[in-house]
Amino acid sequence: MSRLVQWLRLPGVIVAMPTALFLLAGFAGPLLLVCAFSFMPPKTFSLAQSPTLANFVSVVTDSYYVSFGWSVLLAATTVILLFSICYPIAYGMAKLFGKWATLVTVLVAVPLLVSENIRLFGWVLFLLKNGILDGTLKAWLGLSVPSMLYSVPAIVLGLIYVYLPFMLFPLVIGLSMVPDSLKEAASDLGASRLQIFREVELPLAMPGILIGSMLTFILSLGSLAESKILGGQTIVMIADDIESAFTFAQNWPKGSVLSLLLIVFSGAMVFFLFRRIDLDRIIGRR
Amino acid sequence: MARDGELPILQLRGIVKKFGGFTAVNGIDLDIRNGEFFTIVGPSGSGKTTVIRMLVGMDRPTSGEILLDNRVINDVPANKRPTCMVFQSLALFPHRSVGENIEFPMKIAGADPASRRRRAEELLEQLRLPLDYYGKSVQQCSGGERQRIALARALAFDPQILFFDEPLSAIDFRLRKTLEKELKDLHRETGKTFVYITHSLEEAMVMSDRIGIMRQGAMVQVGTPNEIYNQPQNKFVAQFMGEVNTVEVEKADDRSVRSVSDGARYSVARDLGSFERGFLIIRPEILKIGQTAADLENQVRGVLYNDYALGSRIQYQVRAESDGEHWLVEKLQDEPFEGRIDETVTIGWRSEDSILVTE
Repeated sequence: MSRLVQWLRLPGVIVAMPTALFLLAGFAGPLLLVCAFSFMPPKTFSLAQSPTLANFVSVVTDSYYVSFGWSVLLAATTVILLFSICYPIAYGMAKLFGKWATLVTVLVAVPLLVSENIRLFGWVLFLLKNGILDGTLKAWLGLSVPSMLYSVPAIVLGLIYVYLPFMLFPLVIGLSMVPDSLKEAASDLGASRLQIFREVELPLAMPGILIGSMLTFILSLGSLAESKILGGQTIVMIADDIESAFTFAQNWPKGSVLSLLLIVFSGAMVFFLFRRIDLDRIIGRR
Repeated sequence: MARDGELPILQLRGIVKKFGGFTAVNGIDLDIRNGEFFTIVGPSGSGKTTVIRMLVGMDRPTSGEILLDNRVINDVPANKRPTCMVFQSLALFPHRSVGENIEFPMKIAGADPASRRRRAEELLEQLRLPLDYYGKSVQQCSGGERQRIALARALAFDPQILFFDEPLSAIDFRLRKTLEKELKDLHRETGKTFVYITHSLEEAMVMSDRIGIMRQGAMVQVGTPNEIYNQPQNKFVAQFMGEVNTVEVEKADDRSVRSVSDGARYSVARDLGSFERGFLIIRPEILKIGQTAADLENQVRGVLYNDYALGSRIQYQVRAESDGEHWLVEKLQDEPFEGRIDETVTIGWRSEDSILVTE
């Protein structure tokens, strides 16, 4: 007991206490609630029932794999496209733009100050039939384009647009960790541009690449607004299903099971990737 | 090891390099002979790093030509040149093991794994690194070991010319002395052309067949260490050698000069010719002090101000009676001068030891 009191008096413990309590109440608590609700009988709102696996069974037997599949597919597509788009920009920001890199940073970061939904509605106005894109083309060129809105590409566009900073900034950090002298040395030892990219730049920038990909994948996996606002009813993503389970269907236990599956899936991926890839070795700390 | 008979392997013809309005290298002509150890020496900002970057292929000259084996290579990129460099930072790949670092150029060249491994182990042995370092992370190696790994990696490339960009500058004194000698031995063993740059003339003296001294983008003097030491072409080269006594002088007659500050006359062993005004350089180690200075042609009287122990040598500071100029005299530690501080002493030198240079 006295050891516990002693421990509680350590400055580090005292300073960490508010954050720890906040995380416990705001993060661990709800997570535990979701866990607990997933074992309650369907359509109940209390935790005072005997646990059951009924929700798990119904989720597996129902066609939720479709929305889950869409989420994984769209998240993966988003990550790949974002990587291709952001790598050259990040390279420029880390190595070429000099003082202009700050301007690019600001331009990329400023939209984050506006709510995501409002920005997505901006895209709706842009892509809408007789909207900004269509209307301008009609007025100036007499062309009419079919509306892109409410389609899978529109959802991907929204995901890329919203999550771009989360890929870009980790990539910038990753690429600025690659010393120029190492690339010069590789070239001096006979390596072509492609070989330098493969043998030196990519492995040394890997921590940034991994973090950026992980962030954008997990964010896209749990995204909701893009598929609702830009996708209309074209497809249903898993976050849609979770939302309707909790709200429209008033079935908290089923929503909890779906949430739990998503959390376990994302968590397992992070765990697996970061265990397979030794960050310390990549950046040469060991 | 003079290699006078050898043909030039690398030739620089009027090399100029400008960065915007700044001229970093201002017209250099130089022949580097096949198989020699050539060192470019200069203070920081003299343009030596710019020169070596152009020779390696990382920068292109603004004008002028670089010829390797009589072929202009200005536009050949670094990865297509049969030369390579040991970087100041060494530039070892932190994400690769010692063995992978050494094998890198061979892997790029497409050598098979077995022969790569064999050559890497040969190089480890040649550079006196333990064979079990093959799988070790380069991050775990000491400074001296990392130097050797960088050298092994460069040798694995089998370059015609090996360049060095101040690789020893960050190494402590004792290890540096060892590595300097190892490098010279390696030069002998491999028979390759070594081109080395450093800001330390002392380091250059130890290793080089020939030395080129750079100042403000120009090559001031090129010669063997002996030539540079005994016949410096100007005050900059003479003072760059280390501590020397410098007296501003003007011509008195064909065989002597007059000090500008106190009018004292000093004799010179050579005919002055067209020399009008310049500097008289006398090295501290050839100056005599006390009794031994009594019958020498050139003498200065002064007060013994202080002495400094420099390890194997002792240095004395004498302040001249006539103009208060500070003179430095060096003697070996085991044959010290028996004078006392504040005593009036005579220092002197032979006229053959007077070195005359211009600004």
